[in-house]
Amino acid sequence: MQDKSFCLLRSLGRWVNNALVRMGFATRFALAVLWLSGTALRRFQLTVREIYFTGVLSLIIILVSGLFVGMVLGLQGYDTLQRFGSSEALGVLVSLSLVRELGPVVAGLLFASRAGSAVTAEIGLMKATEQLTAMEMMAVNPIARVVAPRFWGGVISMPFLAALFSAMGVFGGWLVGVILIGVDDGAFWSQMQAAVDFKEDVVNGVIKSFVFGVLVSLIAVFEGYDSEPTAEGVSNATTRTVVTSALAILFSDFILTALMFRGG
Amino acid sequence: MSSEPFVQIDDVHFNYDGRPVLQGINMHIPRGRVVAVMGGSGCGKTTLLRLIGGQLKPTSGGLRVGSYDVPSLPPDELYAMRRRTGMLFQFGALFTDMSVFDNVAFPLREHTDLAPELIRDLVLMKLNAVGLRGAAELMPSELSGGMARRVALARTIALDPMLILYDEPFAGLDPISLGVVGQLIRRLNDALGATSIVVTHDVLESLQIVDYIYFVSEGRIVAEGTPDQIRASDAPFVKQFVHAEADGPVPFHYPAPALREQLLVNHAG
Amino acid sequence: MNRTALDLWVGIFVAIGFAALAFLAMKVGNLSGANMVDAYVLRANFENVGGLKVRGPVKSAGVVVGRVAEIHFDPQSYEAVVTMNIDGRYHFPKDTFAAIFTSGLLGEQYVGLNVGGDEKMLNPGDKIKKTQSAVVLEQMIGQFLFSKAADGQEKK
Repeated sequence: MQDKSFCLLRSLGRWVNNALVRMGFATRFALAVLWLSGTALRRFQLTVREIYFTGVLSLIIILVSGLFVGMVLGLQGYDTLQRFGSSEALGVLVSLSLVRELGPVVAGLLFASRAGSAVTAEIGLMKATEQLTAMEMMAVNPIARVVAPRFWGGVISMPFLAALFSAMGVFGGWLVGVILIGVDDGAFWSQMQAAVDFKEDVVNGVIKSFVFGVLVSLIAVFEGYDSEPTAEGVSNATTRTVVTSALAILFSDFILTALMFRGG
Repeated sequence: MSSEPFVQIDDVHFNYDGRPVLQGINMHIPRGRVVAVMGGSGCGKTTLLRLIGGQLKPTSGGLRVGSYDVPSLPPDELYAMRRRTGMLFQFGALFTDMSVFDNVAFPLREHTDLAPELIRDLVLMKLNAVGLRGAAELMPSELSGGMARRVALARTIALDPMLILYDEPFAGLDPISLGVVGQLIRRLNDALGATSIVVTHDVLESLQIVDYIYFVSEGRIVAEGTPDQIRASDAPFVKQFVHAEADGPVPFHYPAPALREQLLVNHAG
Repeated sequence: MNRTALDLWVGIFVAIGFAALAFLAMKVGNLSGANMVDAYVLRANFENVGGLKVRGPVKSAGVVVGRVAEIHFDPQSYEAVVTMNIDGRYHFPKDTFAAIFTSGLLGEQYVGLNVGGDEKMLNPGDKIKKTQSAVVLEQMIGQFLFSKAADGQEKK
């Protein structure tokens, strides 16, 4: 019995140790990426290319998901609000939930699984096929040439994707609420505009999506760069990117929400 | 040939995770030579290349390339040295997201401010040297193994290096491609006036193209000589390697207790 | 994918991204409507602000003319001091009456400005003298019950 609990404690300790070592490693890596971002920003064409791969290629999934999430919010919101006789507040409900929470969070989760995993797999494969080592032997720093542009591409894409998701969602909510169910068009927009504050809600939502963009991009490039250089290692790293990103998004969302909206 | 060796390796030891990988390697390679380093898989050949390229630091011993004292170079000088060193990786390590042309142009674009037209001319010349000028617009995924190796070779020599390192350049090639790559290694070395170190386990091909051969086993140099000396050698290790015998100084069995003992122990347990 | 097509796509992406942000700011948020030009400050003391919140609306004749900027407690007068940012386009007479109303039965609370007839206008930074506190539902119910009980006793 005692043996067993010792064993548990020991594995817990090992887990914490490993986690801390990895965190430290990731932090140093993050600093290195920032430090070596000069190339990515000076030769901006490198970053533009990555905006294409992370941003433009995620457009379809973001727009379609945004539309459907907004439509579901419209249906569910209407169902609840009409019980209190305030179905005109549908616009408020749809837009506030999207702009404050669902836009940044769901877009972040989709971004992690669409673009983040692709970045991890790409960097992991470049490592496994010695492309990164080859670059290093050509006196080109792979963090500056490969990692930093992908990081910045993701950081730049994410706020746009979240904004598009929210806008599409509001449109979806309007489609269901106004066109389908017949909530008054004027009340829908005016109530929304009266309740949604530019600074409190919209700007804070953009700040959130920016933070998520930094987190997901960093996790994606780190997992790729740190992956075992084998087929199995790359696939594990891809999974880890999605899982870690999801946790990071939800956890930091809680912290940010607590900081931003506690004034109510 | 000057008496001063271009690559000078003195009593280099290297431990990995406390396990000795290299145990006292000595090599003196004059400028302009093509040298082969041979040995079985996992004998530390690739580690040796990484030490020369400055990717790893030796645990002890001296390592000089030209005027550079590799292990003690600060990062910027290490990069300066690497700019004049080419390395061909086992499977080419072409950048899969770029065309053949862009792959060969990569080092030129990264390290020079040449005009695009000039880069184009240089790249086409390098590709012509390996016979693949016509494949410039293909992607790496559209190339055969031998062609990929030749493109990688063109990329390796893009900056006219003074030292070229080859990590298993013959691995996984059909006999024709193998001969082509072998001839290219020799021809390019002589045309560029470079020095080449070829890590390989392909004895027959190496014997035709190199000036000097080192045999490495268990982290030590066990035999060395010119191709003629090697062919004539009757050292048991060299004979085993050259004639591909299964058992010899390199044993067929991984070290283990006697079979009879181990079987009996298992039964007793 | 050649470079021009790639640049074009990224250009489109960034453009519609900005369009979405503008949509959120203008159409969803209130950046366009309550974008107050040259806002000035008015103050008013209330005995009780009820559930009034910072950023709550200030309305006159039902139109939003400003926002509550700050609410704090004055330890001298034991009253709540409400600071309001008023749109610079609107000016109010000296004897304007400020009251705290509730929109609907359970809606949010806002400051209502009822205009008086004075010739002189309130200057930026001025204090509105006449105020009426928020109606607190519990107090109102309490008063109602109390008066009912008093009525009943008189009739006996």
